[in-house]
Amino acid sequence: MRVIMVGGDKTVYFLARQFMSRDYHVTIINRELARSKELAEHTGATVVFGDGSDIQRLEEAGARRADVVMALTSHDQDNLITCQIAQKIFGVPRTMALVNDPENEIVFEKLGISVVFSATKVIASLIEQQADFEEITMLMPLANGRVNVTDVRLDATAPAIGKSLAELELSRGSLVACIIRDDEVVVPHGETHLLVNDHLILISQPDNQSEDLVRLCGVQ
Amino acid sequence: MADSNYIVIVGCGRLGGMLANRLSAIGNQLVVIDRREAAFDKLSTEFSGFRITGDASELDVLRQAHTDQADYLFAITTQDNVNLMVAQIARKIFDVPKVIARVYDPARETIYREFGIETISPTKLSAEAFMVQIQTSSNKKKGTA
Repeated sequence: MRVIMVGGDKTVYFLARQFMSRDYHVTIINRELARSKELAEHTGATVVFGDGSDIQRLEEAGARRADVVMALTSHDQDNLITCQIAQKIFGVPRTMALVNDPENEIVFEKLGISVVFSATKVIASLIEQQADFEEITMLMPLANGRVNVTDVRLDATAPAIGKSLAELELSRGSLVACIIRDDEVVVPHGETHLLVNDHLILISQPDNQSEDLVRLCGVQ
Repeated sequence: MADSNYIVIVGCGRLGGMLANRLSAIGNQLVVIDRREAAFDKLSTEFSGFRITGDASELDVLRQAHTDQADYLFAITTQDNVNLMVAQIARKIFDVPKVIARVYDPARETIYREFGIETISPTKLSAEAFMVQIQTSSNKKKGTA
């Protein structure tokens, strides 16, 4: 796997180290000389010093053979142009852009960037999830957030304790995929009764998620 | 531009200011956007348009400028990438019929022109102007010799 990353903050540094440990071929483009030297020294990645939205710098970084270009600077406009040039000039199959302004997520998708992620949005939603209920951990959003995978722990006060899944009548869009009970994985059916400290892996759609969570753990 | 047009100018530098003043003077409706309020000092006292202080790469700022109603948008900040991003948003999201971006880097300018974004490269224009000067003066020399 050949990865080009544009940027130079901690995210880039740690991603580079992680990718290097998986034997990926990593090249970083960074526009500050001192930081470029530092990154080269501490990550072992190849570092190209310069503007990551510049055609020549991308060429030097090996964009023609890259599998992924990740634009991770704090400037949305630079991330957009980097990805567009990587795609259109060098035919890079996958381009990923960080957007700082959450509104730009839709804009970038409309302008043809394959993967767009908004750090602001991810962090905000993590904080919301964590702050609302400790029993519920969002594991991952799928299909652009239309499906959520959630880990729901049942404490002693949860209304679902002692009930079977059939009795709970979760909405049609929701499914308890498995139950983790004392380190064992239970594949549930309608007659499976729920116990204290069960971890349910719940697959649900955002629309019905909150009512199902109320049925399971009683929190709003 | 005989009739009055609604024109959004992004970037009130020397070029932005000059264009805004001239276009306003001949009866167009202008909105000028710049990140720095001090930039609007370049607008003349006769300038009758609106000023918006903000970053035009934020969708919200372009909305405030009613970009969806614009006949023209000129993206002429000092940053190529801002201009290219704003121009694409104006074309593809706000459906502005005529959009032009200033792009200093000639290589980037060529690429985006091929993608259908109208661009002007001051670098290229100046280079051409210098070349013309050199050619005419060397022709004169030949003529006198």
